[in-house]
Amino acid sequence: MKSAVVVFPGSNRDGDMLAAIELISGQRPISVWHAETSLPKLDLIVLPGGFAYGDYLRTGAIAARSPVMRAVAGAAAAGVAVLGVCNGFQILCEAGLLPGVLMRNSRLSFICRDVNLRVETSDSTFTRAYRKGEVFATPVAHGEGNYRADDETLKRLKGEDRVAFRYVDEQGRTTEAANVNGSVDSIAGILSEKRNVLGLMPHPENAVEPAQGGIGGRKLFEGILGKVLA
Amino acid sequence: MNAPVAITPALVAEHGLKPDEYQRILKLIGREPTITELGIFSAMWNEHCSYKSSKRWLRTLPTKGARVIYGPGENAGAVDIGDGQAVIFKMESHNHPSFIEPYQGAATGVGGILRDVFTMGARPIAAMNALFFGAPEHPKTRHLVSGVVGGVGGYGNSFGVPTVAGSVLFDRRYNGNILVNAFAAGIADKNAIFTSQAEGVGRPVVYLGSKTGRDGIHGATMASAAFGGADAEEKRPTVQVGDPFSEKLLLEACLELMASGAVIAIQDMGAAGLTSSAVEMGAKGDLGILLELDRVPTRETGMTAYEMMLSESQERMLMVLDPAREKDAEAIFRKWGLDFAVIGRTTDDLRFRLVHQGVEVANLPIKELGDQAPEYDRPRTEPVAPVPLDRASVPEPADYGEALVRLIGSPNMSSRRYVWEQYDHLVQGNTMQRPGGDAAVVRLPGTAKALAFTTDVTPRYCAADPFEGGKQAVAEAWRNLTAVGALPLAVTDNLNFGNPERPDVMGQFAAAILGIGEASRALDFPVVSGNVSLYNETNGASIPPTPTIGGVGLLPDATAMATIAFKAEGEAILVIGKAGTHLGRSAYLMELLGRDEGAPPPVDLRAEKANGDFVRTLISDRRITACHDVSDGGLAIALVEMALAGGMGVAINLATSGDRLGWLFGEDQARYVVTAPQESAAAITTAAAAAGIPVSVIGRTGGAELTCTGTFAVPLAKLRSAHENWFPDYMARPA
Repeated sequence: MKSAVVVFPGSNRDGDMLAAIELISGQRPISVWHAETSLPKLDLIVLPGGFAYGDYLRTGAIAARSPVMRAVAGAAAAGVAVLGVCNGFQILCEAGLLPGVLMRNSRLSFICRDVNLRVETSDSTFTRAYRKGEVFATPVAHGEGNYRADDETLKRLKGEDRVAFRYVDEQGRTTEAANVNGSVDSIAGILSEKRNVLGLMPHPENAVEPAQGGIGGRKLFEGILGKVLA
Repeated sequence: MNAPVAITPALVAEHGLKPDEYQRILKLIGREPTITELGIFSAMWNEHCSYKSSKRWLRTLPTKGARVIYGPGENAGAVDIGDGQAVIFKMESHNHPSFIEPYQGAATGVGGILRDVFTMGARPIAAMNALFFGAPEHPKTRHLVSGVVGGVGGYGNSFGVPTVAGSVLFDRRYNGNILVNAFAAGIADKNAIFTSQAEGVGRPVVYLGSKTGRDGIHGATMASAAFGGADAEEKRPTVQVGDPFSEKLLLEACLELMASGAVIAIQDMGAAGLTSSAVEMGAKGDLGILLELDRVPTRETGMTAYEMMLSESQERMLMVLDPAREKDAEAIFRKWGLDFAVIGRTTDDLRFRLVHQGVEVANLPIKELGDQAPEYDRPRTEPVAPVPLDRASVPEPADYGEALVRLIGSPNMSSRRYVWEQYDHLVQGNTMQRPGGDAAVVRLPGTAKALAFTTDVTPRYCAADPFEGGKQAVAEAWRNLTAVGALPLAVTDNLNFGNPERPDVMGQFAAAILGIGEASRALDFPVVSGNVSLYNETNGASIPPTPTIGGVGLLPDATAMATIAFKAEGEAILVIGKAGTHLGRSAYLMELLGRDEGAPPPVDLRAEKANGDFVRTLISDRRITACHDVSDGGLAIALVEMALAGGMGVAINLATSGDRLGWLFGEDQARYVVTAPQESAAAITTAAAAAGIPVSVIGRTGGAELTCTGTFAVPLAKLRSAHENWFPDYMARPA
């Protein structure tokens, strides 16, 4: 099992991600600098949270055009599992590896709090350890997580069972109050066509140990790492 | 560029230098200074950099302790936390800039304090912010809250440090002069702490980070002046603009460079930028410094020596490097995309020399620039002792339940969720206790330990009695750390006061420091760093004395941490400490009756220590299930906060036949509310009695209401909506 966390100069949850993967897999992932143009053979590539290049322009816009992203796109096309969390999700969208965009939160301010996510499909390496319909808590911490896509894209995402997670309340219902950033159709995470690329705004890597206040994110890593190990 | 400028009395005055201070300069250098030199003196001798009015009093503070590695005088204080690690922390104000330009003022305040911490080789692991705004109904307040909170979050969130605690206070006395006090803490290897003390002659002086622009020129001078009417608008151009991304690069590059062994001395360019950083490195190392200003990376063309020396552009560092490692160092900085330039060298002549375009524009004695700064023992008047509250004049509320709802939903008692949810308080993955409790707790990976953080001060107490108020600020910080189970280690103090040239303000300052010192000594809680912010007045009206205390504590075993939330139904509720009686300067009086009267609660430091040590042991022995200190709003508010955090109600038995109001809302100090399973309550009571600690069992947890026999019964839901709604409703209301 070989995994890598891509490090942009402004990544700031790379350490959190390295720690979470190491905790669950027992193996420390490698860190890959954004200026690299090639990648070793990997089973999992993670784009972590942060502000890749400051994100003063549009979140993820510069990172999507960085040298390492060409190699990430190549690996994704070859079927390697790619996980983008928060800024990583924004970069995947900007790079065209996932459809849609992430706009400014509907309430216009940065928001850091626990949210409840409903697992919409267990049919992926990332979500297979969860039960479909399962609800778990995990934090968000972002200013631009309002997922938007055109009607055609949304129709395809739903038709192909590619919505991975939705923001819900404690009872598992999608409500306006629970939709923390105003995302269309309460979408929190989506899968690529081949289901090997997942982007999500919340931070499962900050919910893997009881000391962090909950372990809702744990099964996501158990799913990916278990599958790859098998 | 460097054409001679005539030094007129008006020019001297514009530089914030008094005529006698200018005479001192003439005497020191034996000639008229150049304009660049005048700028340097104004930067080094203003209140902000020289502490000329406060030094005499600061010297009275206890700064040593068994664990203290570095006390005041470095960029930040350093305290031993075992396992070869040190916690490095400091708090600093950015008051004036935040009033002028709230977003950037607050953001650069956060940036500055983070740099102070990582300059010493520590990776920042926690930040806090103590914010003081004017009255909610003042027309500027909402805009200032929105901007400051946005700026704090905007910088810290991007940089990647969790903002884990803080405070927000509203008081009309801050209408014209808000306070923004930013705290940061980092962790370093105890044997790898860096200081600004240069060593060795002929070593390269290296400039790192962002380029120098014309922003912030005279920022430190501005911070040392009071505001007049239209001043705030005119001073906007002296506020710097923050770039958290550059700061993040600077952090990573500096830590990488330090680990490489190339760094001999390092100093961040904060207030008075290149001037104070270079002078400090040389003076501390008994060396001269020669700078060739043509090599300074600049953002704009045509900058004069004067402008370069006084610029407060952000995200810049100065280092003295091992010459053998200069190339490695440059490679590290290029990797992170930062400017790197050798701009001078250390010398053996103890002079601070600047050369620009072939002309020597300054040549000053380097040690005297700092050492010979004026020091004042300013005249002061003793604060007038407050008149005790006339208790007979304070009526009981017609409806206690309604009073409780109003108090918990008042501007100063309502939830700060609106604020802390805009701060990333979880990044780095180590936050064990989030904002909203007594203190934040951040674990230290690879160890069993965690650190606890809090900021405290009660300005309405300090205004009434600066000495007791100073004591209380330290005691409350100590108590908040204790309440999560931490051993209080040390504090940083951020002393915000009015104009020191006014004897009444100077009297407040001296009394508050003496109070802080007394409490620090009694509680073994030394002051290891701090900052003084004077001239916080607008149109002659001073802020209330506000000595903010940032406290840091250590939990040797993080798993034994306590929180304020009730954990289970039917548990016993105990109060450690005496029954409440004291209503002078209480939140009840101030928020509900609009009366700012009486003496603040006196702090009995012996009781404080005994009760706190007892509670800490209960927590580390895992004998109690929740713990909360009693402060603003007294016992009643402490119970409401515990109930709301745990999502369950409480039933208490009124344990007094007489003074109900004092028992519920009195703000007597040295008190905690704890919960324990019924079967262990008796043993705790016995242990307390044996130790001479006052204790009483007052009720039990459970249900969906907060009830007190014959006094009130309030649904938790009603308290929650009052508590949670005030802030968002206020911010959503049109100005």
